[in-house]
Amino acid sequence: MSAPTQRAAAAASPFLQVHFRSMREQLDTAKLGLWLFLASELLFFGGLFVAYSVFRANHPDTFLYAHHFLDWRMGALNTSVLIASSLTAAWSVRSAQLGRQAELRLLLLATLVLSSMFLVVKYFEYSHKLHNGVFWGAAYQPSQEMLAALPAALRAAPPPTNLGTFFSIYFLMTGLHGIHVLIGMGLYLWLIRRAGRGDFGPGYYVPVDAVALYWHLVDMIWIFLFPLFYLM
Amino acid sequence: MTDHATPGAPAHDDHQAPHALPPAVLLGTGAALIALTVVTVVSSRLDLGPFNIVLALGIASLKAALVAMFFMHLKYEHRFQAVVFVGALVFVVLFVGFVVFDTTQYQPDLRAALQALQAQAAAQ
Repeated sequence: MSAPTQRAAAAASPFLQVHFRSMREQLDTAKLGLWLFLASELLFFGGLFVAYSVFRANHPDTFLYAHHFLDWRMGALNTSVLIASSLTAAWSVRSAQLGRQAELRLLLLATLVLSSMFLVVKYFEYSHKLHNGVFWGAAYQPSQEMLAALPAALRAAPPPTNLGTFFSIYFLMTGLHGIHVLIGMGLYLWLIRRAGRGDFGPGYYVPVDAVALYWHLVDMIWIFLFPLFYLM
Repeated sequence: MTDHATPGAPAHDDHQAPHALPPAVLLGTGAALIALTVVTVVSSRLDLGPFNIVLALGIASLKAALVAMFFMHLKYEHRFQAVVFVGALVFVVLFVGFVVFDTTQYQPDLRAALQALQAQAAAQ
């Protein structure tokens, strides 16, 4: 493609930023920037995984005891919800790339609905804990009802120390993940609005792709949080 | 460099159709992830001692790899993207690994200090 026709093609898209020569260049740059951001997100969560590992290495009994306060069915349900939302997110990129507008809008909406389902389940989990005094740090004061739900073998022995620290790590890691879900929901609302205007198609799908990549990372982190907290 | 479309780089063309993932790949990845979640839950019921957590982390890593390769399109992307992401992952593993190697070293000292404190409290 010669320079004049390239400029003509570029002029055809209102979404080409002035500092890029072509849509392709804009896409490649956005992708690299996004992957660098995702790398920084891994390191961001990495610090919390270090806290988890150190505490678990030193107090394995605390973890074995405290995970009975978490309902694995809720965790498994949320894992499935997030996997389904990742599927709809990945499919929405395909729809945008192929220019299928109705399919794109439906899939973006499905991703938003599934992500809010995740937070609804999380809300029930958090409120159950907070109503029963299962707080972080020194505020940890479990109710009798909560303790009575533990397996008999655990109730017979004295509880391990530092349970509050376990819940500090639990609330910090799942809470930071929850904030990421909340941000993702905002981004999907924005995408739905733009898809409604018909902004996206084979020539321009950077935002759909970028938000989906971010969303997959949020899913990926939950894939680790689920077994580490609910099952172990 | 005056023109972006050099003969050596035919892929850098605005009019090249984007690589869309076929439905079979999308559905296959989703199904594999759900199946592996079931395997995680079932395997956590078995008592494998210290291998429970190794198995759970192994399955989680496999799931994360599936998400990255297919959902995140990393398998078909320019290799530099994978270098960036896997590079960060390597540093997280190094960070966790070295801290865990180190942290257990202080446990005897901590226990001794705690016992000394308790003995002191009992003496008073």
